Amino acid sequence: MATVETREIRKFFGDIAAVNGINLLTRDGEFLVLLGPSGCGKSTLLRMIAGFEKPTDGELLIGGTVVNDLPPRARKIAMVFQSYALYPHMTVFKNIAFPLKAQRMSKALIPQKVDWAASLFGIGHLLARKPRELSGGERQRVALARALVREPSVFLLDEPLSNLDAQLRASARDELQQFQRRIGTTTIYVTHDQVEAMGLGDRIVVMKAGTVRQIGTPQEIYAEPADTFVAGFVGSPPMNMVRHRDYTLGFRPENFHPKILNGNTKVVGFRFSVTRVEYLGADRLIYGTLIGDFSDQKVIARLPATVTVKIEPATSYDFTVPESELKFFDTATELRIAPRPV
Amino acid sequence: MIERIKIWGARSTRWGILGILTFFFAFPFVWMLITTFKQTSDLYDLKHNPFLFYEWPTFEHIHRLFYETLYGQWLINTAFVGVLVVLITLVLAVPAGYALTRLTGNWGAKLGIGIFLTYLVPPTLLFIPLSRVVVNLHLDDSLWSLVLIYPTFTVPFSAWLMMGFFKAIPKDVEEAAMIDGCSRLGAFVKVVVPISLSGILTVAIFSFTLVMQEFVYAVTFISSVRNMTVGVGVPTFLVHGDVYFWGSLMAGCFIASVPIAILYNFFVDRFIAGFTMGAVK
Repeated sequence: MATVETREIRKFFGDIAAVNGINLLTRDGEFLVLLGPSGCGKSTLLRMIAGFEKPTDGELLIGGTVVNDLPPRARKIAMVFQSYALYPHMTVFKNIAFPLKAQRMSKALIPQKVDWAASLFGIGHLLARKPRELSGGERQRVALARALVREPSVFLLDEPLSNLDAQLRASARDELQQFQRRIGTTTIYVTHDQVEAMGLGDRIVVMKAGTVRQIGTPQEIYAEPADTFVAGFVGSPPMNMVRHRDYTLGFRPENFHPKILNGNTKVVGFRFSVTRVEYLGADRLIYGTLIGDFSDQKVIARLPATVTVKIEPATSYDFTVPESELKFFDTATELRIAPRPV
Repeated sequence: MIERIKIWGARSTRWGILGILTFFFAFPFVWMLITTFKQTSDLYDLKHNPFLFYEWPTFEHIHRLFYETLYGQWLINTAFVGVLVVLITLVLAVPAGYALTRLTGNWGAKLGIGIFLTYLVPPTLLFIPLSRVVVNLHLDDSLWSLVLIYPTFTVPFSAWLMMGFFKAIPKDVEEAAMIDGCSRLGAFVKVVVPISLSGILTVAIFSFTLVMQEFVYAVTFISSVRNMTVGVGVPTFLVHGDVYFWGSLMAGCFIASVPIAILYNFFVDRFIAGFTMGAVK
């Protein structure tokens, strides 16, 4: 078990800053997710932790020791790649045994360990096969077993689910989390998929342009975004953002409801001109523009299927948002600011 | 009906092309083989069809090859030089190709092309300065001179060929090996080399063929009969002035080329993979 810490870590490729001064400290046994759009530096940060990229500046600590100058093999970490990176010329058994052999573990112990790791992922019957004879899901399990087998102190996962189809991804996400809870190894997981991040992470690090925008639990990230980027990036559909006087007002589509539904709570009212209604089974998404004070700004409302109020396109309705659900952002800095009267 | 004609047409075209190509490529071998066993009087009679036997086949030419020249020794010499050159080439070109693809950043590819260009400088230009080198090293009239000089053209080409192979190997696989406990060298030996075996095989066969067909360096550096390679010995001793010992010449070429042809055949699939892999990246 170990923690990973970065102190003011930076990575420049020429003049371009891929990672620009990141401070992070994982908790022991934590599942930490690095989330951000492509090019935000999350993969570069992971590759620096793994030891494939040398930081331009700053310190990297694993288990309390500075590892800046240690090669990957000396960092006691394991990594699962997006492509799985199985050794194509070896059987599944040899793939899983590879890290043990590299550690010079005694030959008698290796089969035991391989069987243990294989049974954890239910791939005991595949040990004699070559990677090309496996399905995507099976390859992913082999990659996980290979990473796990030598009981590393930190797990690094680089978008390991993105090559699976949607159905398999949901079950793989579930297995991954259960397995991480069981072994309790500190895990850093890189993804651009907010659903994965919300579902898996103990905490999420939201990154943009090489910097950290917010660190927090999924609930904090979702309910209390630190700036307009986080508010817009997390949530589908994203938070509604409307300009008002000298600030930006944000509210989630699921808090934006017809007036008759928000009975007793203190609310702020909007006049909502509906342009389109999308029926999605469990939800209805209602697209339209605000009129009146908020002059033609586009917003979306999300109503659960249990709400059967009739909403028609090309009609205006009174909608409200509970006052407690309104978030305020400075228009210039995009940062969160204290609530104020609307 | 028309469909059937079309199918037959396509099929016969395919076999036709295949037949023509097979004939074209097999023709020299067949002619060599026939001439090897033909009596000289039969061969030299202008009224005789060169592809038919008018007199009894004879082993006379093969006998001359093995008992009146040092052909057996030349075969051994060629194999000796070939094997050593292949080993030297692999030891130098495989790591060089890897370094140029993985460790040198952007200018690796440009340097690779530069190295390949040196392969294009013809031996007919280089043998004069290189003969000074060979004499100064006291390697004249020794097979070791060829072992030393041949890698000057096999290594650049092979390094360039290996670059194509290494480019096709995903970086992730090496990085996984480095995370799993290998140094870069360890990852190279345990993962990269086994994956690129077909490329290494291509380089080995290719280098060996180049050595077998080389003439200019061999005729310049080697003077005693005992040390000659097949490529030099056969034309030197089986052509006396304007007298050509055609039967023995053909036998000498045929015997030397057949093992290589068989070797190619064994690995032809991997060999093709070797050449196309580099092309598509």
